[in-house]
Amino acid sequence: MSKRGERLGYLPYLVPGALLFTAVIGVPFLMNLGTSFTEWSGVGTPEWTGLANYKELAGDGEFWASFRHNGLVIVGMALVPTAIGLVLAALLTDLIGRNFGPRVASVLRACVYLPQVLPMVVAGVVWTWLLNPDSGAVNAVLRAAGLDALAHNWLGDPATALWSVMVVMVWVQIGFPLVVFMSGLQRIDPSLYEAAEIDGASWGRRFRHITVPQIRPEIFVVLLWTTIASLKVFAPIYVLTKGGPGGATNVPSYYSYLNFFDKTDVGYGSAISTVLTLIIVALTVVFLRLQGQSSEGER
Amino acid sequence: MTTTLAGAEAGTRDPRAGGAGGAGARGGRRRGSGRGRRRRGPSAYAALVALAALAAVMLIPFLVVVLNAVKTPQEYSTNGPLALPEGVSLEGITAFWERVNFGQVLFNSALICGSVAILAVLLSVLNAYALGIGRIKGRMWVLVVLLLANTLPQEALVYPLYYLSKQVGLYDTRLAVIIVFTVIQSAFGTYLLSSVLAAFPRPLLEAARIDGAGRWQVLWRVVVPVIRPTLAVLVVFFFVWTWNEFLIPLVFLVSNDNQTVSVALGVLQGQRLMDATMSSAASLLGLLPTVVFFLIFQRTLSRGLTAGAIK
Repeated sequence: MSKRGERLGYLPYLVPGALLFTAVIGVPFLMNLGTSFTEWSGVGTPEWTGLANYKELAGDGEFWASFRHNGLVIVGMALVPTAIGLVLAALLTDLIGRNFGPRVASVLRACVYLPQVLPMVVAGVVWTWLLNPDSGAVNAVLRAAGLDALAHNWLGDPATALWSVMVVMVWVQIGFPLVVFMSGLQRIDPSLYEAAEIDGASWGRRFRHITVPQIRPEIFVVLLWTTIASLKVFAPIYVLTKGGPGGATNVPSYYSYLNFFDKTDVGYGSAISTVLTLIIVALTVVFLRLQGQSSEGER
Repeated sequence: MTTTLAGAEAGTRDPRAGGAGGAGARGGRRRGSGRGRRRRGPSAYAALVALAALAAVMLIPFLVVVLNAVKTPQEYSTNGPLALPEGVSLEGITAFWERVNFGQVLFNSALICGSVAILAVLLSVLNAYALGIGRIKGRMWVLVVLLLANTLPQEALVYPLYYLSKQVGLYDTRLAVIIVFTVIQSAFGTYLLSSVLAAFPRPLLEAARIDGAGRWQVLWRVVVPVIRPTLAVLVVFFFVWTWNEFLIPLVFLVSNDNQTVSVALGVLQGQRLMDATMSSAASLLGLLPTVVFFLIFQRTLSRGLTAGAIK
């Protein structure tokens, strides 16, 4: 059989996947794109309005606010956990692991990782209850410590709602970079650290000159995926605040959901999710480029 | 490098599920720990204290949940959330269990996630067989499209899927959710397995062909048995990822009898109908299955990850 015929013989194996993929991802994605150029309530015929939804988006304060909020969610879900995870991974591997044994390090790592095994919704339910203004544990601790003035309606006050969400997200997310970085650090030859130590390099210098440069690929991957996850963040917002109070914690994904199922302004919701998609795809491409460049530079 | 790739990629697609396999099994292999023990400096002790404090802070919410899930509502309102429980009361837990029909909800989650895990792996194997071993023309493009589908926000699919499912009569059925997540998860599975199969030992395939095996037989008798450890990891990951999903199940599964654990918890929380003990009972029942699952499968996960990387 010719090489070409040989290859064609494998085509049938792709058929179920191709059909299902088209039905579940391809067609809906194009429908969403098409709907974003229409005015549609979800029933009846969509009315073609061209770029009207996008023009409206450009002047919609709530839409821009939702992106600003998302910026802070990225800080809480991607940047801060990555930074903390990096330091923790280095401390656990370099100081704890080598001085107190790997068992201590892995127990500590498991404690920090535990919130990661929870579904986001469960994490949200746990924290709504902890942050409850009347019966929650956080305020109870503050009152018990005599800090009654600090007790607060954390999620109900527009001034603190978003910050509270960020703190919750840090708690949820630290474990992920930590585990990825610690497994990355295993690649590094321990003699590198030992040599540096003999040369009198402090922990800080070893961190800057050995740890960070060595696990740069992992840092890239973690930052990319956590940033994308923050842009898609939905469950914790739904459970913790429903975008409130007064839109103080609204994010684009929740905003599009509101337009789809609450305001039945499907065209507008589709435009929001289209913009979100564009941003995420662009971000992925930029990150992959940067990653490609940096790994080429090292070779 | 492949280890980190498989580990990071598998985990990172959904950062929530990430790298779970590592949580515990990896520590044992670190080299050179014995030698370092002689010179514990003050900085090492400072780091130990700081990290232990952090670990405690991370665990406190779990502890508070467990303590309060076993209190009576009266006890809670008089002593507050910080007091130790006077005894073990299952009042909050049973009240929540009955309110959401938790047995049914657990069954729904298990049914949906189990079906998705198995079907998505099957679909991934078929796709990857054509792409990785068949080396079909244009396979690079197929993989790029699959990767994009993976980063796509579900918000951009949810309304059309909701609309289409209503058209074909699948709205508010568990089957609809199973189909959707089978496809979404298999996009990642195909991507991963294609690279595993591209490196599959060719002589093994050729020997089977000479013995007269057709493509179908080669797939099931030669390829699948060899990559079984990787498939096992994918099954576990797909199960966990689907278990944690919220948006699409929330939109599709509106009737109480079809809801998953996440949806039932989220909807009830949104209505704010629960008292404090019931809330903590809900948290406990929500987190228990996942923690148990991870304790059971931790070793499978890490074993599978390394097996996949050795190729």
